[in-house]
Amino acid sequence: MRHYLIVGVLVILVAILTYAGLDAAHLMPVEASVQAAPIDWLWNLEVVTISFLFALIVVPLMYGLFVFRRKAGDTSDAEYITGNTKLEITWTVIPLVLVLVFAYLGAYTLGETRRVDPQAMIVKVHARQFAWSFEYPEYGGFISDELHLPNGRQILLEMEAEDVIHSFWVPEFRVKQDVVPGRVTQLRITPTLNGSYKVRCAELCGSAHYQMESQVVVTEAAAFQQWAAAQQSSMASAQTPAAKGELLVKNNGCLGCHTVNGSALVGPTWQGLFGSQASLEGGSSVAADEAYIKESILDPQAKIAAGFTSVKMPAYVFSDEDLANIIAYIETLK
Amino acid sequence: MKKFYSVPLARGLVWLTIGLAAGIAFVAGIRLALGLPAASNYLFTEHAWVFGGVVGTLAFLASHGVMSDWFKWWRGQETSDHHDDPAGWLKYLGPSLDHKVIGIQYTVAALILLVTGGTFALIFRTELSFEGQQFLQPGQYNTLMSLHGMIMIVSILLGIAGMMNYLVPLLIGAPDMAFPRLNAFSFWLVVPASVWLLLSMPLGGVEAGWTGYPPLSANPSIVGPQMFFLGVFVAGWSSILGALNLIATVVRMRSKGMTTFRVPIFVWAAIATSLISLTATQLIGLSFQMVMFQRLFGMGFFDPAKGGNPILFQHLFWFYSHPAVYLFILPGLGVISELLPVFVRKPLFGYKWVAMSSLGIALVGFLVWAHHMFTSGMNEYLRVPFMYSTLLVAVPTGVKFFSWVATLWKGKVDHPMSTAFLFVVGSIVVFLMGGLTGPPNATVSTNLHLHDTYWIVGHFHDTLFGGFVFPFFAALYYWFPKATGRRLDEKLGRWHFWLIFPSFVILTLGMMRIGLLGMRRRIFDYDPALGFQTWHIVLTVAAFLIAISVLIFIINLVQSVKRGESATGNLWNSRSPEWQVPSPMPAHNYETPFEVVGEPYDYGLPGSKYVEFVKK
Repeated sequence: MRHYLIVGVLVILVAILTYAGLDAAHLMPVEASVQAAPIDWLWNLEVVTISFLFALIVVPLMYGLFVFRRKAGDTSDAEYITGNTKLEITWTVIPLVLVLVFAYLGAYTLGETRRVDPQAMIVKVHARQFAWSFEYPEYGGFISDELHLPNGRQILLEMEAEDVIHSFWVPEFRVKQDVVPGRVTQLRITPTLNGSYKVRCAELCGSAHYQMESQVVVTEAAAFQQWAAAQQSSMASAQTPAAKGELLVKNNGCLGCHTVNGSALVGPTWQGLFGSQASLEGGSSVAADEAYIKESILDPQAKIAAGFTSVKMPAYVFSDEDLANIIAYIETLK
Repeated sequence: MKKFYSVPLARGLVWLTIGLAAGIAFVAGIRLALGLPAASNYLFTEHAWVFGGVVGTLAFLASHGVMSDWFKWWRGQETSDHHDDPAGWLKYLGPSLDHKVIGIQYTVAALILLVTGGTFALIFRTELSFEGQQFLQPGQYNTLMSLHGMIMIVSILLGIAGMMNYLVPLLIGAPDMAFPRLNAFSFWLVVPASVWLLLSMPLGGVEAGWTGYPPLSANPSIVGPQMFFLGVFVAGWSSILGALNLIATVVRMRSKGMTTFRVPIFVWAAIATSLISLTATQLIGLSFQMVMFQRLFGMGFFDPAKGGNPILFQHLFWFYSHPAVYLFILPGLGVISELLPVFVRKPLFGYKWVAMSSLGIALVGFLVWAHHMFTSGMNEYLRVPFMYSTLLVAVPTGVKFFSWVATLWKGKVDHPMSTAFLFVVGSIVVFLMGGLTGPPNATVSTNLHLHDTYWIVGHFHDTLFGGFVFPFFAALYYWFPKATGRRLDEKLGRWHFWLIFPSFVILTLGMMRIGLLGMRRRIFDYDPALGFQTWHIVLTVAAFLIAISVLIFIINLVQSVKRGESATGNLWNSRSPEWQVPSPMPAHNYETPFEVVGEPYDYGLPGSKYVEFVKK
């Protein structure tokens, strides 16, 4: 009886200490969305349960190893106990009830994260190797490479992938959703905390997967409106074709793979490209003129730059005017 | 040269190369004749490489000698069940039919792949120590990371096959496995499989992780994924045939008196595992084959542009690959249940419950696969039933933990603890960490945060180390004397344990810690703003300590085979039949058959015995 008492007290003590330690360690990043709250609530309950179950097994195990150790010279066997059906039923039924409760809570909190606000603002998310871009249909359909969100309003993300599977994850918002080619997936987020975060692609999408991150900015509604208005007018206010082209490549994720400063990412740099002789895979070369650049955007597999075979660039669709602007911008990168 | 060629493994590898070349030449020739391009960035197109791989596999098996009895049967010739194996270590390179030789072949192959996969991990772990690019390219990182996963999985499959092959016939009193030739054939499939897996590296590597999700794995600009798929496909055959053999052996060849509930607990675990490999492995083979065909023949199974569905792949893949993790751990959990009573001198608490819990885990394991897909975009409502089924796995797993603690309670616990016992206890603690970090992944809402992060990486390394690696080491320390008549050095064994256990706990806790805070899995570099560098340095140091401990273990193995302390008797004072005869085990197992006359784990019941040898 003494053993059970000591172990019982130790289990409670170790469970409390384990939980206190885990709680003090701040396991989760800051909570920045409405959807994060039920998730963190369930998580905390799980940490409590984990702490208790950890103590429940480890304490008697360690206690037994120490207290019931064989005395030197004792070669006899221990007490003949083969089992106890009541005990077996107990430790089958209680965990069964426990997991059913957790499954119910899991379903309930999942429902909470999916609560629909019919007034949600739609943002279209385009994911491609290795960049995100965000389209705001409510604001004239401008495209940005940063995700700006108004605090307190539910956002419905409608997400499409152009090449392989990606996954939208902002750790501070908790919820995560894969972005799959050939279908639209959805995610609802209601930001609650102003600040700067990052959306980080969580599904391995190729060699530069690690750098597929974009800025997420949550501001008060008024500041968001200002930003959106500025974005809308920036396209209109861009005067020269090159300035328009610069906006286009920034907002369509081109710079996820191509640099403008001479260093190579997974795609060739654009610095000094225009007018040069571009060497191709297979040993030939081609004059990097308007026709070549246009073809490389619309049909990237037609001619592959030497040394850049590991990532297959997806084909892009631009209007002729946009293409001309992009080429004009590339032309400026001497 | 002639002597070299007479070694079956060497001969097989020569013909594997010839077969590869012939297959490549054949397909390249046909393509040239049809006016199609035959060359690629990797010398030949992937059609040629894949066909070469198939021909090379067959050439290896045909020339190695593992099929020679079947060829003789085909020609109507008689063969003997007992081959004369060459003396010494050469028999391990040839087609021996002895289950003990095959068990050791599997075990050594498992250790070789364990070291290979571990080395890959050390390389990319070192790359991750510091922010920014160190010495790898992102593509190389992805290849090492992907192959680390798959090579370790094959290593585990070989490790459990090694334990099951060596132990099951001994534990049930069979002279060998039911189909000795099929047994040897299953093992030797692994050699070409490993060659193709590794050949994927120079052919452009593998960038899609061990899970190989299309469309990424269908990227036609590299040939590597094809060799990766082919390697797994061939290894899958090994697994299926091995499981078939094991089930037949246990069903048909048990000793007299070994009724259903007098079967050693490890054998129950082996049956549960084999049921999974026999019936689920086909699905990973199928899913990988479909990607291969998508690439080779333009069949758009998973290509949305052709009406295919990338999520279908994930269903097929996980239908095997989730039960697979249970098949990895069940034999290890069987080892824990088998060894614990011996070390605490007390019966296994609730034998029937422990035996049934293995079957329970195996069966429920078939109904949980889509919990890997909670964020995948599959039908939303499916997530809830899969959450319920997944959480149910916790129940039989809990039964095992409670039974282990109850077995130890009031025992006469081995003291000072031998290395094998240390590893048993280490397994329980590490597996508990893996088990307790599982349910948060199963509840969908929390999974939305945890999925695809380093938390998951920490969690599954805990389950696989606690469920396989630690019990595997325990089994090696425990049964090494049975195989060799010598025991492993205990002092080195202690170094091994006390280095690997704390390092491993720190490694996985650290992984989980940064995973929760935003460290994604499978990334080549991390955002400096997250401030993870200190953690990554700690993780790398821990990984190297683990590597050192494994190195100590290998040194121990090598030197103890020849110079270990002699141990020919019942070293552990066990009731199990294999310890009732002198070590090392003779070639045809028990000279006189035994009969089961009691319960397997009745320690403490005076005058009881598990087995009695039949007098001639």
